[in-house]
Amino acid sequence: MLSQQLLNGITLGATYALIALGYTMVYGIIQLINFAHGEIYMVGAFVGVLMVSVFQQGLLVSLVAAMLACMIMGVTIERIAYRPLRRSTRLAPLISAIGVSIFLQTLMTKIKGPQPVAFPPVINDALYKLGPVEISKVQIIILIVASLLMAGLHFIVKYVKIGKAMRAASEDYDTAALMGINVNRVISFTFAIGSALAAAGGVLVGIYFNSVSPFMGVLAGLKAFCAAVLGGIGSIPGAMLGGLFLGVAETLGVAGGFDLYKDAIAFTLLIIVLLFRPTGLLGRPIQRKV
Amino acid sequence: MLLEVNDLHVSYGAIRALKGIFCQVGEGEIVALIGANGAGKTTTLRTISGLIRPQSGTITYKGQPITKMPPHQIVSLGICQVPEGRRVFTRMTVLENLEMGAYTRKDKANVKADIEKVFQRFPRLAERKSQLAGTLSGGEQQMLAMGRALMSRPTVLLMDEPSMGLAPMLVQEIFSIIKEINQAGTTILLVEQNAHMALSIANRAYVLETGEIVLSGPARDLANNPEVQKAYLGE
Repeated sequence: MLSQQLLNGITLGATYALIALGYTMVYGIIQLINFAHGEIYMVGAFVGVLMVSVFQQGLLVSLVAAMLACMIMGVTIERIAYRPLRRSTRLAPLISAIGVSIFLQTLMTKIKGPQPVAFPPVINDALYKLGPVEISKVQIIILIVASLLMAGLHFIVKYVKIGKAMRAASEDYDTAALMGINVNRVISFTFAIGSALAAAGGVLVGIYFNSVSPFMGVLAGLKAFCAAVLGGIGSIPGAMLGGLFLGVAETLGVAGGFDLYKDAIAFTLLIIVLLFRPTGLLGRPIQRKV
Repeated sequence: MLLEVNDLHVSYGAIRALKGIFCQVGEGEIVALIGANGAGKTTTLRTISGLIRPQSGTITYKGQPITKMPPHQIVSLGICQVPEGRRVFTRMTVLENLEMGAYTRKDKANVKADIEKVFQRFPRLAERKSQLAGTLSGGEQQMLAMGRALMSRPTVLLMDEPSMGLAPMLVQEIFSIIKEINQAGTTILLVEQNAHMALSIANRAYVLETGEIVLSGPARDLANNPEVQKAYLGE
């Protein structure tokens, strides 16, 4: 029973982690909470639905298409809604992000209507028994895709030139520029990667819960934001850990009889962790630049 | 002249940091920019590097205006900066820091050879190449910052307060390295509060006071100038 709940929690947590990574990477580099990130995840889910239903594509093609579409969208949003505000007060891009978020929700409601849409079947709902634990094919796919994407991200950030530039720019923006790094390009790249991960999360969650709606990004976005802060905003391993932690806590909470409080669990946890560790689980103490 | 700054004006909001700076750096020279805290030395370097947009004035490099260029393009032209306070990437390894210095270069094989050269020049960095730069001592960080800047194979090296916060022994060492780098063919524009050290290695120098150049000339003449001695050399 417990192991079953753990498995369900990890599956849910993996999707939170995929979304949380985008928040944390963008924050790491431009200190902006991208409030439109949940909507990128939502659009990703709808692109997935479109690919499967209209274009009759399989899971892999739909997933890649959603990721590519959201990459372009994320980069465009940064260019038109955040970059012109780079040198203004911290609050201005934040408000702009909220504006983008409302815009995308409203746009999608106009196009698809406010009702949730079922995700057309792409994979069968086969169940496998692993000892005492039952695992569905969807869960296996979520875990595999999420692990591959996170491993890929780790590889890029650790070994690829632009990934290293991302780390350099997130530590010290000006000095990165002094090294000849085109910081604007690095920021675009960060938005592209973060948005692609969110889109993958959107498609996977759409399949998992068999439901996609223009408002699905609101709560998922807030929870993933919690996960990112829980793990330590700006820290990539922190976002992964925070996502998994939140998914497991939420699932165990529901199994423990707190199902009415399901959505409150994330926020309660956030408050508790921040009371004791204001920088999050893997966050660094805040350094003031002189 | 290799690098020319003409009538440069920079303001931070209502504060006028530079009020019309003129200076020139010729090929192969060490030129020092000395002055008190807040005189505008760092602002001058940051403006040359493209981090700050001037209100007016021009900066030309090899006769080409670079005033409106973004920092990364200025680096690829051959002007690199060792920023004030070293600013190594503390959460990256020594080796990764050096790789970042070579960011604009595409010749991978030569980059590898240059990393080896930096390690030869600074053997302490070689011993610590997989260590995070944040764990290095101040002197080692200064060496890393210099090695990192050299990785871009700069024609002109801008150095901002290389002696800041270092023990006197290390200051000596750092300045003799600066001289070596210059003798190997790199032009240097040096900003220093330690006027004594700066004037001892520079060919020419400018004295900056509240955003204006008040004196300039051969370093030796400035070192013997009674006003400079009184104000900056503590004699």
